[in-house]
Amino acid sequence: MSAQISTQATRPGEKTFHGLPYRLRGTMKTALNYTVMVLLAFFFAFPLVFMAVSAIKTNETQITSDVGGLLAFVPYPLKWVPPVDRLDDAPAEIREAYTGLGPQNFFDVFRRMPFGRFLWNSAFITTTTVGLGLLVNSMAAYPLARLRWKGRSTMLAAIVALIIIPFEAVAIPLMLLTTRLPRLGGGIGWHDTYIVQIVPFIADAFSIYLFYQFFIGLPKELDEAALIDGASRLRIFWHIIVPNSRPVFATVAILKFLWIWGSYLWPLLVIRLPEYRPLTVAMQEFFGQYPRLWGDTLAFAAMTTLPVLVLFLAFQRGFIRSVAATGIKG
Amino acid sequence: MLAPAAIGLAIFLAVPFLMAFQLSLTDTRLLSPNPPQFAGLENYRQLLRVSVILMEPLRDPVTGEVQRDEQGRILYPRPRTILRSDARYEGMGELAQFHLLGRRYLVAAGDPTFWKGLTNNFYFALVVVPLQSAFALLLAILVNQKIRGVNLFRALYFMPVVVPMVVVAVIWFFLYNPGVGTINAFLKAVSSGRLGPFNWLGDPRLAFPSIMLLSIWQGVGFQMVIFLAGLQEIPGELYEAAEVDGCNEVQKFFFVTLPQLRNTTIFVVVATTILAFQLFTQVQVMTGGGPGEATMTTILHAVREGRYQLRAGYASAITVVFFLIVLAVSLVQRAVLREERAIE
Repeated sequence: MSAQISTQATRPGEKTFHGLPYRLRGTMKTALNYTVMVLLAFFFAFPLVFMAVSAIKTNETQITSDVGGLLAFVPYPLKWVPPVDRLDDAPAEIREAYTGLGPQNFFDVFRRMPFGRFLWNSAFITTTTVGLGLLVNSMAAYPLARLRWKGRSTMLAAIVALIIIPFEAVAIPLMLLTTRLPRLGGGIGWHDTYIVQIVPFIADAFSIYLFYQFFIGLPKELDEAALIDGASRLRIFWHIIVPNSRPVFATVAILKFLWIWGSYLWPLLVIRLPEYRPLTVAMQEFFGQYPRLWGDTLAFAAMTTLPVLVLFLAFQRGFIRSVAATGIKG
Repeated sequence: MLAPAAIGLAIFLAVPFLMAFQLSLTDTRLLSPNPPQFAGLENYRQLLRVSVILMEPLRDPVTGEVQRDEQGRILYPRPRTILRSDARYEGMGELAQFHLLGRRYLVAAGDPTFWKGLTNNFYFALVVVPLQSAFALLLAILVNQKIRGVNLFRALYFMPVVVPMVVVAVIWFFLYNPGVGTINAFLKAVSSGRLGPFNWLGDPRLAFPSIMLLSIWQGVGFQMVIFLAGLQEIPGELYEAAEVDGCNEVQKFFFVTLPQLRNTTIFVVVATTILAFQLFTQVQVMTGGGPGEATMTTILHAVREGRYQLRAGYASAITVVFFLIVLAVSLVQRAVLREERAIE
């Protein structure tokens, strides 16, 4: 109805164009606005919906035939199918009978690969690196931001300069270096350990810089009062600076979490044994296995994404604020 | 308090960074029983060496006449024959051929794969940086509106950023399926059967653009948020003043929004350019640099040489060149930003 009015009204040179009720023009604009935003939402959501829907479809043949149409995004048929052992190897009639929705593909992933181990590896590596990184980098930023000492500005300049070295520029020499470092408990070479995936990434120039920026903004009176009371610098840091800096801790934690959880190049270079393999490399390995089963692979992908996605949905504002913080340099 | 971080940065960033320069001057191999030898600039010579060779047409050995095929085109010897026949071109391979003023030239390089990779990185930067930045700005403007449900859209557009790149690559690999894939089906539906089906990742001309599309899909939300932060810092009075002066929406965008976002835009452009040169995960998972070398990149080549060919010295030379490019991009950024401050 409103579309009809508008085509009539927009005839060129006609007075009624401006005479169109303002309220109606506003409605048109809003409708167009939402249409564009919804279309864009489809563009960003469709690959993830495809992954989630395919992961819960139990019949591989159905997944590969649905993918050429809108059915790729529709979870159907609405029939609960409990997981069965070796369904993908079964004859077609049996697979047909087990067509529906259920955890079959997830079950298959666990049967074909030690998924739990990879999940644990990624979770352990990520939380340890993020946790130790928060401690070490915030402690480093404190004297840079709030104490006066000789060489402070040189140190700060050096750390800012290090930010522009991308990891890719040091990956190959670092790989060589870590093959020559002494192992905990004897031996040489850090390859195929957790250490090699954690220790090099704890200290991080960009994290220090983010902490530094936040700490210089805190009022000077905060630590002065405590200093008069005779508190040590470490005490001041721990009891006054840290509790007042929650937002920056969240920012650094989120950015580093995304970086380490998704890291792929480094473990590819230094990890060969499955015992220490993180999810990303295992994902690629699983993807490369033949026959390439779409349902199983997408179930693996969904399980790799789920932890980050859940965290994102829980701390959405934090994520967006963290990313915004990366832009404030320069 | 500074010590743990300083030691960490020294051992795991500064030392390997300096090692890259030192290693690039040696023939160091991973897992080699022989001690590495100093090789001077040999790695760089192999990496950067390029020759342009004039190709002589094939001539009839008796009459000396230029040979032609059935369509009358002049016949040339095979590039490999030319390169093999002259000791000066030892170890070089064909990079490209071109015509100039009726003559045909052969471009040979010490490491054609490196040049292919580097060219691809520039190609990626040239296409993706402007497209992704403009798209991000559009998204930022949309989600900066004060309308109902805007937070939901903001979250939806940002969501791909948190998905690990390996997962993104795997999902899109299926969507790009040459036969039954969703992308082909979509194109077929909107063009009522005229377009496709395309062999997205198998066609040398389409493979790299396909990688670009998914990279934009995954990364644009990040830049959107940075632009959003920039938009929210623009003082509202500027828009009010523009309105008083009779500016319409388009004029407000060009005379207020864009100039105010200058520094944000420079940051986004530079960060995206550097990302273009870091391109690795998508190509490693989806195409392995292929078909042929259509999706080869600098870092993929460095990893191949360093990790799989075990040539750590040579791979280091590649990463040094990569770093110098990133450095140049960053220095341009600083120079442009400084100029801005000087004007103020």
